[in-house]
Amino acid sequence: MTYLTKLSAAALSELLVSKQVSAVEATRAHLDHITAVDTDLHAFLHVAGDAALDAAAKIDARRAAGEVLNSLAGVPIAIKDVLATQDMPTTAGSKILEGWVPPYDATVVAHLRAAGLILLGKTNMDEFAMGSSTEHSAYGVTRNPWDRDRIPGGSGGGSAAAVASFQAPLALGSDTGGSIRQPAAVTGSVGVKPTYGGVSRYGAIALASSLDQVGPVSRTVYDAALLHDVIGGHDPLDSTSLTDSWPSMAAAAQAGLTDGALKGVRVGVIKELAGDGFQAGVTQRFTETLALLVAAGAEITEVSAPNFEYAVAAYYLILPAEASSNLARFDSVRFGIRVNPASGSLTSEHVMSATREAGFGDEVKRRIILGTYALSAGYYDAYYGSAQKVRTLIQRDFAAAFSQVDVLVSPSAPTTAFKFGEKLADPMAMYINDVTTIPANLAGVPGMSIPIGLAPEDGLPVGLQIMAPAKADARLYTVGAAIEQLLEARWGHTMLSQAPALTPTEMFASKEGAV
Amino acid sequence: MPNAEMKNRAELMDFDTALELFEPVLGFEVHVELNTKTKMFCGCANEFGSGANTNTCPTCLGLPGGLPQVNKKAIESSIRLGLALGCEIAEHSRFARKNYFYPDTAKNFQTSQYDDPICHDGSITIELESGRLVTVEIERAHMEDDAGKLTHMGGATGRIQGADYSLVDYNRGGVPLVEIVTQMIEGAEHDAPEIGKTYVAAIREIAKALGVSNARMEEGNVRCDANVSLRPRGSNVLGTRTETKNVNSLRSVERAVRYEIQRQATVLAGGGTITQETRHWHEDTGITSAGRPKSDADDYRYFPEPDLLPMAPSREWVEELRLTLPEPPAARRKRLQAAWGFANLEFQDVVNSDLLDAVEATVAAGASAQAARKWWTGEIARLANAAGVAADSLVTPAQLAALIELVEAGTLTDRLARQVLEGVIAGEGTPAEVVDSRGLAVVSDDGALIGAIDAALLGQPDVLAKIRDGKVQAAGAVIGAVMKAMRGQADAARVRELVLERAQAIE
Repeated sequence: MTYLTKLSAAALSELLVSKQVSAVEATRAHLDHITAVDTDLHAFLHVAGDAALDAAAKIDARRAAGEVLNSLAGVPIAIKDVLATQDMPTTAGSKILEGWVPPYDATVVAHLRAAGLILLGKTNMDEFAMGSSTEHSAYGVTRNPWDRDRIPGGSGGGSAAAVASFQAPLALGSDTGGSIRQPAAVTGSVGVKPTYGGVSRYGAIALASSLDQVGPVSRTVYDAALLHDVIGGHDPLDSTSLTDSWPSMAAAAQAGLTDGALKGVRVGVIKELAGDGFQAGVTQRFTETLALLVAAGAEITEVSAPNFEYAVAAYYLILPAEASSNLARFDSVRFGIRVNPASGSLTSEHVMSATREAGFGDEVKRRIILGTYALSAGYYDAYYGSAQKVRTLIQRDFAAAFSQVDVLVSPSAPTTAFKFGEKLADPMAMYINDVTTIPANLAGVPGMSIPIGLAPEDGLPVGLQIMAPAKADARLYTVGAAIEQLLEARWGHTMLSQAPALTPTEMFASKEGAV
Repeated sequence: MPNAEMKNRAELMDFDTALELFEPVLGFEVHVELNTKTKMFCGCANEFGSGANTNTCPTCLGLPGGLPQVNKKAIESSIRLGLALGCEIAEHSRFARKNYFYPDTAKNFQTSQYDDPICHDGSITIELESGRLVTVEIERAHMEDDAGKLTHMGGATGRIQGADYSLVDYNRGGVPLVEIVTQMIEGAEHDAPEIGKTYVAAIREIAKALGVSNARMEEGNVRCDANVSLRPRGSNVLGTRTETKNVNSLRSVERAVRYEIQRQATVLAGGGTITQETRHWHEDTGITSAGRPKSDADDYRYFPEPDLLPMAPSREWVEELRLTLPEPPAARRKRLQAAWGFANLEFQDVVNSDLLDAVEATVAAGASAQAARKWWTGEIARLANAAGVAADSLVTPAQLAALIELVEAGTLTDRLARQVLEGVIAGEGTPAEVVDSRGLAVVSDDGALIGAIDAALLGQPDVLAKIRDGKVQAAGAVIGAVMKAMRGQADAARVRELVLERAQAIE
């Protein structure tokens, strides 16, 4: 049943709905594949095999009884470990939460269960989503399925690697500065950061509240759209959740597959997100994709976003500031590990301090210190205040750009996947890797990464980032699906079908089913 | 140089001397706990006395992933409170995080307001016992969530010092508070302690009249932090202030302000300096002691709460709420005292016993004001005291008004009425029903009385002779015997009239 893991969620869904395949079979196929490949890749921190099979059996029973279920019912999914799940440990990649099982489900997780998706387990991530490589997980690295010596991106490296290595057709991620889009780009998968407020954050362990957004990870644009339709919409438990009614993202993606979908679409290329610092192969694939768009009838315009230059600097003030406050609750009093100091009295201050010292990794401590400093009396205006002003300027840049074009595009990341350890010693080098993705978070606009080929120099995936105005997420799906179709037609295969085989059986299996 | 910490009150400079040397400057922060059904930022019950940590959820427990949702009723109550304090209601207001680590604060930040409080720039005028009117300017009234409750275990004193461990109950965590902050109060002079007491009483009374808080100080619904500083006479430089936290009764506010003035004067006069700090009030010993040093460098790293949207209460809504405001308590008191014609002491007695509403309702139900006052502050208060309950929980104003009507119609004597009251409290029915079932009505049938009077007169011929001789005071003995024979169910005045009449008439 290995071929089941090669199917897109949509294709698997068809087999499930027509009862050619049972949810138990689909789930078991994925669990078997996890067993086969994940010891090495380490995309999962926790696999809930028995619970997944139980849930799948229930879906099969309901379907057998004639119940009409969501089309994704019975489709397996992996959950980034930043999301609260009441039947699985939820650690956010941190030692400080080791073994913690929340007493509640995040709203998006509740939506998944209600729709009948099968939760396979929790995926690895940089601790508290701080990082671009998943090297900052307290539980070890996740390997990139394209090259096991390289990072799978971050912070959602686990979700991206799980999807790219066919351990799950779908995954949930969270994106604060690129944590869905950059891992998607470097693993050849699809990742979407919805409009801020489009998807509930209730139950998503907060990194930076004003930037965080939960979104879909998948192998196709249409699959991402199907998942977006399940998790999106207003949640009264999240005060920043938008009350708008949303169009079907799946329908929007379908619209992109029709002839002439790109005709007359105004595409803006952001001048500031190109040139120096961008790997040659990345630029090459990006330029080729633009040519393909022109050929399909899109109008390409160069637009300037002069304040994007300050985006990374502003981001690394706003994020640590909010994070320093959001992470204050990890104090050993109500949940998580408790560490007593080696010496001295066991006052609450000493225990909190010892717990945080032992429980947080270096990158988390670095950002807490940065954020605490940025919010300090006397520095607030210069740092946090100024950063908020930059944020306003970036929003204006977007507004100006979207007055001229329908979507904006850039490479999703300046480089392909880098090697483990390459940027660990130099935080600034790591931070700058998110230069392309951060502006969308600062402005709250939606962004998507889709694979556009392999960089000639290293044979690794390159991603295209598409951004749309706030609340115009549907536009991403239409344009993204159209580009995906053009590229696959040109290649004659999907991107991920080219990924190296991870197991001996896969070497044959991969020829069996087209994604 | 005297120690900054007095071990007892004997070392203190007396109050009048302190006031000769220094001018006190005051400021108050009063926290009013709102009586909304649910908490400020989640759907948990806002309820006093539930089992520990039963009214909790991921949000108010500060669990990872929890997010706040604003309670609209709490905003409404805050706006009404602000309006009653004469405040402006901000067109744009937002929450801010006040960051500090403490185990009773689940998120390790308090969701409060900083730059943009919901209410600002108000004032209330309070009247002191001397008749002096003092206007207290309100700087701001902002919303915030309360902390949980710590219980320190294992120590002898119940304080954190010496405790083996502490328990936390987060039921109170997330309960909505409005913090009302005054401007500096200058010119208080000798009235400083009374101003503190009267101001807090006024806030409490306003919150209660609005119905936005249960306003019970003993349950911590209203808590006062008192700021006191002294400056030497002739100086225009403000002295260093102390903030005495959680002074939780009106009398304690008065005592704590007085104590701090005396303590600071003692320190300053001895050449010492005042440390800017929070201080704790000790009800038992009547002193304050040093708490945490508090400097202006205290850094709570306030920043706008990113999990909540800014608020923009519409002007229409604010005006609608303004229309719901009750008559200001001070004005109401003036009006009622005049209408009822009570002497100051009588009226104070009613106010201090928290029986203004009860008396007003009883008068509205048809009773005379004096009778209503007499019953509420007299017999009913006595019974309530003995039972340890609130007077207005024993009988309704309507029941009391009916009882008073029976007395005034002559159906009951005061003594009988007290028995009827007991019956009503015991749940035996309305006063009229109790009169019937207990057979307590005054015997108004002269025939029955005359029989008893004649018997009594004839039984005491010496007394009869004295009365006939015009010594009417001798009638008392006969009246007593008659009342006894009637088991109290007779109108003593009517008995007296008949005794005098019969003494002349009988053979």
